[in-house]
Amino acid sequence: MTSTPSASAAFEYAPAPESRSVVDIAPSYGLFIDGEFAEAADGKVFKTVSPSTEEVLSEVAQASSEDVDRAVKAARKAFEKWSALPGAERAKYLFRIARIIQERSRELAVLETLDNGKPIKETRDADLPLVAAHFFYYAGWADKLDHAGYGADPRPLGVAGQVIPWNFPLLMLAWKIAPALATGNTVVLKPAETTPLSALFFADICRQAGLPKGVVNILPGYGDAGAALTAHPDVDKVAFTGSTAVGKAIARQVAGTDKKVTLELGGKGANIVFDDAPIDQAVEGIVTGIFFNQGQVCCAGSRLLVQESVQDEVLDALKRRLSTLRLGDPLDKNTDIGAINSAEQLARITALTETGEAEGAERWSAPCELPSSGYWFAPTLFTNVTQAHTVARDEIFGPVLSVLTFRTPEEAVAKANNTQYGLSAGIWTEKGSRILAVADRLRAGVIWANTFNKFDPTSPFGGYKESGYGREGGRHGLEAYLDV
Amino acid sequence: MSDRLTVLKTYKLYVGGKFPRSESGRVYEVTDSKNKWLANAPLSSRKDARDAVVAARKAQGGWAGKTAYLRGQILYRVAEMLEGRKDQFVREVADAEGLSKSKAAVVVDAAIDRWVWYAGWTDKVAQIVGGGNPVAGPFFNLSSPEPTGVVTVVAPQESSFLGLVSVIAPVIATGNTAVVIASENSPLPALSLGEVLATSDLPGGVVNILSGRTAEITPSLASHQDVNAIDLAGVEDDDLAKELEVAAADNLKRVVRPQPVDWSADPGTHRLTAFLETKTVWHPTGSLGASGSSY
Repeated sequence: MTSTPSASAAFEYAPAPESRSVVDIAPSYGLFIDGEFAEAADGKVFKTVSPSTEEVLSEVAQASSEDVDRAVKAARKAFEKWSALPGAERAKYLFRIARIIQERSRELAVLETLDNGKPIKETRDADLPLVAAHFFYYAGWADKLDHAGYGADPRPLGVAGQVIPWNFPLLMLAWKIAPALATGNTVVLKPAETTPLSALFFADICRQAGLPKGVVNILPGYGDAGAALTAHPDVDKVAFTGSTAVGKAIARQVAGTDKKVTLELGGKGANIVFDDAPIDQAVEGIVTGIFFNQGQVCCAGSRLLVQESVQDEVLDALKRRLSTLRLGDPLDKNTDIGAINSAEQLARITALTETGEAEGAERWSAPCELPSSGYWFAPTLFTNVTQAHTVARDEIFGPVLSVLTFRTPEEAVAKANNTQYGLSAGIWTEKGSRILAVADRLRAGVIWANTFNKFDPTSPFGGYKESGYGREGGRHGLEAYLDV
Repeated sequence: MSDRLTVLKTYKLYVGGKFPRSESGRVYEVTDSKNKWLANAPLSSRKDARDAVVAARKAQGGWAGKTAYLRGQILYRVAEMLEGRKDQFVREVADAEGLSKSKAAVVVDAAIDRWVWYAGWTDKVAQIVGGGNPVAGPFFNLSSPEPTGVVTVVAPQESSFLGLVSVIAPVIATGNTAVVIASENSPLPALSLGEVLATSDLPGGVVNILSGRTAEITPSLASHQDVNAIDLAGVEDDDLAKELEVAAADNLKRVVRPQPVDWSADPGTHRLTAFLETKTVWHPTGSLGASGSSY
C-alpha cells in the first residue's frame, strides 16, 4: 500500500455499515435474578447510550444492595444442585452456551458495537469468536477437573461475585462466567454501567440453553452495586477486572475474610522496538498495541520504547500509518477507530493528554475529522517523553501512545520495568536469544514477542505487581474458582 | 562431667548474610516452657525490618537467576548442615517447645527432611505449573512460573522449627528472597538456623531472620512498598491479621492468610505456588511452505 502516492491519507471508501436490523434492543431491561427479569427493588433505572451517537439504546434496571442480596440468595440456592451435577452435565450446558453464542454472534457483535462504540471489525473478528471459544474451552474442563493438577475431586468455592469493565463487555463476562460454571460455582455478575446490554442478552442465552435458574444472575448497576456484591458476606469468591484503585479497595474490603480473590487491573505496557526489528511489522504491532479498541485495553502497549538509532524511521512510519486509520461509524466495516466508551472516559483521556502537553511532552495527533456527535479522540502520540512524565506513568486507557527511547537492552528493560504495573510487554527484534533474554527480565504477566494483543482461552492472562493477582484462561484459570 | 562453666552464645539476627544485633540495641528475655532463662534475643525494630528488606531485595535477582538445579543443591546443603548439628537443634527445640529430647528429635528430623523435599522441587515446579498452551493460531505460547520477589514470612509461633522451615523453604526454593519474623517467644531455633544457612552456600540476603515482637515488626513490613508478598502463618491475633492484610493491599502484595496447619503432615505444593507469578510469552511460529505443516 505504501507504493501509492496517496498513502499518507486515508483512502476514500463508500460507507459499508453493518445492518442494525440483526439486533432487536428492547426499550427496557430488568435485572436477571433467579432466572427471571425483575425490576430493581427501589425501582431505579438508568439509560445506556451509544457512544458513537449519544442515542439512548435502552433503559436498564439499576441494582442496589437489596438486589445484590436477592441475587446472592438465588445463586446460593442454585449452588447446591449445580455443584452436585456430574461434570459432564455441566460441560454440556457450557457447550450449549458456546454454540448459541456462535449462532447469535452477528447479533451480539452489532449489539456490542452499538453499546460500547468499538468497531464492528473488532467485535465481529475478535470479541465474539473469543467469547465462544472461551465457553467451549472451559466446557471441556468441567468433567476433567481431577486431571487439572489440583488434586482429586477439587471442590468449587460457592457463589462468585464478579465485576467486569466496559472495554470488552461480553468477553470479560466469558472470562468470568465460563471457568466459574465449569468448576461448579454459581455467579452474580455486575456488568459496567455504560455497557450492560450484552450481559443482558447473555441472560437470554442462558434461558435458551436451559441453564438452571439462579446459576447465573446479572445485575446491571454502578460502583455501589459492585461494592455491595464484593462485600456480601455470602459471596465466597470475588473476581474483578478494572482499575487498580478499585482493585486495592476490594483487597482491603476482603481482608480478614475467607473470600478468594482474583484481580485483573491496570497496566502501562512497554512495547520495545530494537534496531534490528522488522520495522513495518513492528509499526503494525505498535498500532495494534495501543489503538486496538481505542487503546481502552488494560494490556495496551501504551509506552513505546524505541531504540534511539531507529527512532526517526519508526516514528515516520508510525505517523504515516496512523494517518491512514479510518475513524468513524463503528458499524462501518472499514472503520479502524471507533468511539471512546463514555463522556467520562473521554474527559479523562483529554485531561491526561493536556497534562502531557503542559509537562512538556510533544503531542502529535492523526489528522482525522471527528464526528460532531458522540465521544471521539484522534489517535495521538507523545514524543520527548521522560519517565517522570504523567503520560509515561499513568494509565490513560485511550488511544494515546507515549514514545520513549533507549540505547541498550539493559536500559530498555530498566525503563520497561519502571512502573507500578506489570501486565504486558512487547519485544520486537529479529534476534531470538535477545527475545528470550529480555522476556526473562521483564516483570509482566504476558509478553508478546514480534506480535501484540493476542488472546486465547488456553493462554493464562494476568499481571505482576499492581496489575493484580491470579490468572484467567488456561488450566491456570481454574484455580481461581476451586477450593485449592 | 567436670564442673566447667559452659560458654553461652549471644544470639544475633541474620541479615544480608551477616549477624548483626538489633540496631536499636534492645534485647528481650527468652525462656523455656518452665520459665527458665535461655538467652537474650535481639528485639528487632522497624529499622531492622527495613534493613532486612533492602538485603532481601539486593539478593533477589541473583538468587532467582541461579539455575534451579543449583538452588536445589543449596537447599540440600542446608539439610546436610542441619544433620551435622542435629544435637544442638534437638536441644533448642526441646527447650523452646517443652518437648522431650526424643520428641524434639522427631521434629528436627522432619525439618531436615523438609529441606530435602523442597530441594527436590526447585527444578520440577516449572514443569508442574507451567507449560505450552495450544492457542488457536500460529504462535508458540509458553507459560512459566517466576518468583514473586521479596516475601515477608511470619513464622508459626508454636512450631518454632519445623513450622519455620516449612514456611521458609518453599519461598526460597523458587527464587524468592525472604524476611522472616521468628516465633516471638521461641526465636532461638530460628536464629540458630541463620548460622546453618550462612554455611550452606546460600547467598547472603536470601533469607533474613529477625526476632522480636510480631505486632511491632509486622505492620511496617506489611505496608512496605518493596515487599511483594506476605505469609501470615504466625499471626495468631485475628485483628492484627486483618490489619496486616489491609496494609498489604496498598501495593497489592500477595497474601497467604493464617490458617490451622499440621506442620508434620505432607506439605503439598500450596506454599510453593503461592509466591509464584505466571509469565506467558507469545511468539509467531511462521511456516516453512505453502502447506503450513511440517508433516
